[in-house]
Amino acid sequence: MLNISPIKQAMIWLTVAVGLFLAMPNGFYNKVEAHNDAVALGVDDTTWPSFLPSGLVNLGLDLRGGAHLLAEVQVADVYATVMNGLWPQVRDVLAAERNTIGFVTREDGPEDTLRVRISNVQAGDQAVSLVRGLARPVASLAGAGQNNIDVSRDGAILTISLSAAEKQAVDDRTMAQSLEIIRRRIDEAGTREPTIQRQGTQRILVQVPGVGSAQEVKDRIGKTALLTFHPVVSRTSDPDASPGAGNQLVPSIDEPGAYYIVERSPVVTGENLVDSQPAFDQNGRPAVSFRFNPTGGRKFGVYTSENSGSLFAIVLDGEIISAPRINEPILGGSGIITGRFTVEETTNLAILLRAGSLPAELIFLEERTVGPELGQDSIDAGKIACLVAGLLVLVYMALSYGLFGVFANIALLINVGMLFGLLSMIGATLTLPGIAGIVLTIGMAVDANVIVFERIREELRTAKGPARAIELGYEKALSSIIDANITTFITATILFVMGSGPVRGFAITLGLGIITSVFTAIFVTRALIVMWFARKRPKTIEV
Amino acid sequence: MRLKLVRDNTSIDFFAKARIWLGISLVLMVVALGSFLIQGLNYGIDFQGGTSIRTQSEIVVDVGAYRASLVPLELGDVSITEVFDPSFEADQNVAMVRIQAQAGEESVTNETITAVQDALRGVSPNITFPSVESVGPKVSGELIQTAFIAVALAVVAILLYIWMRFEWQFAVGAVLALTHDVALTIGIFSELQIKFDLAIIAALLTIVGYSINDTVIVFDRVRENLRKYKKLPLKDVLNKSINETLSRTLMTSVTTMLALLALFVLGGDVIRGFVFAMMWGVLIGTYSSIFVASAVLLVLGVKRDWSKPDNTAGNQFSNVDA
Repeated sequence: MLNISPIKQAMIWLTVAVGLFLAMPNGFYNKVEAHNDAVALGVDDTTWPSFLPSGLVNLGLDLRGGAHLLAEVQVADVYATVMNGLWPQVRDVLAAERNTIGFVTREDGPEDTLRVRISNVQAGDQAVSLVRGLARPVASLAGAGQNNIDVSRDGAILTISLSAAEKQAVDDRTMAQSLEIIRRRIDEAGTREPTIQRQGTQRILVQVPGVGSAQEVKDRIGKTALLTFHPVVSRTSDPDASPGAGNQLVPSIDEPGAYYIVERSPVVTGENLVDSQPAFDQNGRPAVSFRFNPTGGRKFGVYTSENSGSLFAIVLDGEIISAPRINEPILGGSGIITGRFTVEETTNLAILLRAGSLPAELIFLEERTVGPELGQDSIDAGKIACLVAGLLVLVYMALSYGLFGVFANIALLINVGMLFGLLSMIGATLTLPGIAGIVLTIGMAVDANVIVFERIREELRTAKGPARAIELGYEKALSSIIDANITTFITATILFVMGSGPVRGFAITLGLGIITSVFTAIFVTRALIVMWFARKRPKTIEV
Repeated sequence: MRLKLVRDNTSIDFFAKARIWLGISLVLMVVALGSFLIQGLNYGIDFQGGTSIRTQSEIVVDVGAYRASLVPLELGDVSITEVFDPSFEADQNVAMVRIQAQAGEESVTNETITAVQDALRGVSPNITFPSVESVGPKVSGELIQTAFIAVALAVVAILLYIWMRFEWQFAVGAVLALTHDVALTIGIFSELQIKFDLAIIAALLTIVGYSINDTVIVFDRVRENLRKYKKLPLKDVLNKSINETLSRTLMTSVTTMLALLALFVLGGDVIRGFVFAMMWGVLIGTYSSIFVASAVLLVLGVKRDWSKPDNTAGNQFSNVDA
């Protein structure tokens, strides 16, 4: 007859308990948030017991205040740089055969191609094959087996352009570099949980909570990185050490707590660096290779010959990324930096070294700033609206269904609690439309209960006795409940996939709200009714 | 004593005037379409590009003075609207300033925004700017495209699901009801010139979800009754099913409406348009599941007897009066 096995009962209440337990930290939002921040900084904080969950519902920018920017990286800018870098090589290789090819001049043309005129047209094919000799295989998996440049000839004009595979590889490098630079620029300001994401092929989404305006973020991103190479005077762990005249004290990010006193004027600067790649030293340990332009290479060669055995510091934006020892003179303008690196670290360092400044221009497509006061107003308004909405629904349900309405109300409260638990567990972001989603859930959550109760009423009319009526009510209502909620869930899924920002926040609360409301209606209300029925054994019931 | 919206055992004939209801819906849809085509939607910056600045000051907003202060900047189309909300303090005067996308720029430059803010400070010295949003024409174009795809996808996905679970006639009925709801929602936004932005698309999809929810409940009962009363004419089966589910339909609409009403009054002006769209959606969603979806079902007819081979294959309208 009307019963649920004890095991099933236990499972239901356990699920409810876990859901509510996970939601609990949100009741102490400020305290838990302060605790989480402290933990993130590595501080051992005991204001919030560690055995309790500490997941919170994140507040979206529209509630917390902050800036949202969508930038498009002008990846094509880099093609011109690559082409300008290629020109001296092309000129040298052709000039070596001046007797047959004649004079070589660069013609104006599109920025991403190199147009070269040779004075001796008869030797055109020879010139083309010489330039083709400069081609290198593309350094990416997708473009494996293809060369990096295409060369064609039209009379006396040679046209050199990047191959499609090379463009793809250059784009990927440009994006990786831009992301890394933006991340560094934003992170160094120490704001809470910025979001920096690649979107599509050439866009970057930046969300920074708590800043006053999008312009502040733009200024920070646009700042040029300063990479310098300094002679090291000494190493210390005293942050207040006096560096002496002409020197400066620089903290090391490589060795926390260490400081180096370096000469104020750099030997070489990042302007002289042309390339840097992750590599391995002769012992197979991860290292970073770098290459200077001729000017930088000469200065560096002179310095390393004179100071073999001493340290030099690689300083990026006022912090030492590495302070290696000069083992031997570095004369060719290129070298490697060894250290206690992992492969991942060398990859990042290579990106950082290349990342003197943003490789390509950023165009901002979208900027949104929400002040913290407006966000707080929205939260306050949302809270009140949620309370009032909840109260109205609770009273209305109790008036309509009596005791059964009270059961549904308990389930509704559990439902909202569990919704917050789920949101905290997956670290979802709550936005203003998300709050609307919760309110809507409150309104719609009772729907499944209403369907069941109405069905029980109908079954009671055909006089089957209360237990049978309740059982039939649940049985027959199930298909309606499932169909109705699956269709709503489909729309929530589409919203989640297609939407962005606040809209996505709405889709999450709506989708999770459907899951929790179906669970509470089918299981929790039912368990409550069964428990009540087992105790009272009423001869008749009124729904 | 129970609070009851409908008596037990109602037997209202919903299809006595089916033609009239369908006619009214049709006329409303034509009006909505006309309004959409003639005056169009009041697109927010999400869909049109441009900059929207929210201002707040202690002095009462003087729209004329604001506008006059911005004229020298030659920003093209500038719209200024004062915002009212019961939750505002007495000295909280809020306005929205909207500037069209500037030629040759993606998002509006900092100089433009600073110039606007300086000009407004000239009118109202202690003015603050709680939010500044700027969307470039490139992104807004993409957003509007994505929005249309999202709504279309939702409708198609639901069509497929209902088709799978029911018969195709149910799917057609449900989708016509959805189209009706979406059209009327767009219509009222066009007619009242309420700002139509990204959040409204979310509301639109929620309406689609809510309306289909309602329709499915009725259809589910129709399917059950079709099996139970094999000889009863379709019209009577539909009437019976709607009557049986009427109490639930109204009950859920009322609870949802109550929750939305709380949000509409107390939720602040930022999401009022969004909530309005949903309230409207609940209203017409409830209406359409009875008067559009079921009426369409009545017109199309349903295959009744699954045990015998279908003699009327190829003519789906032959068993309307079965």
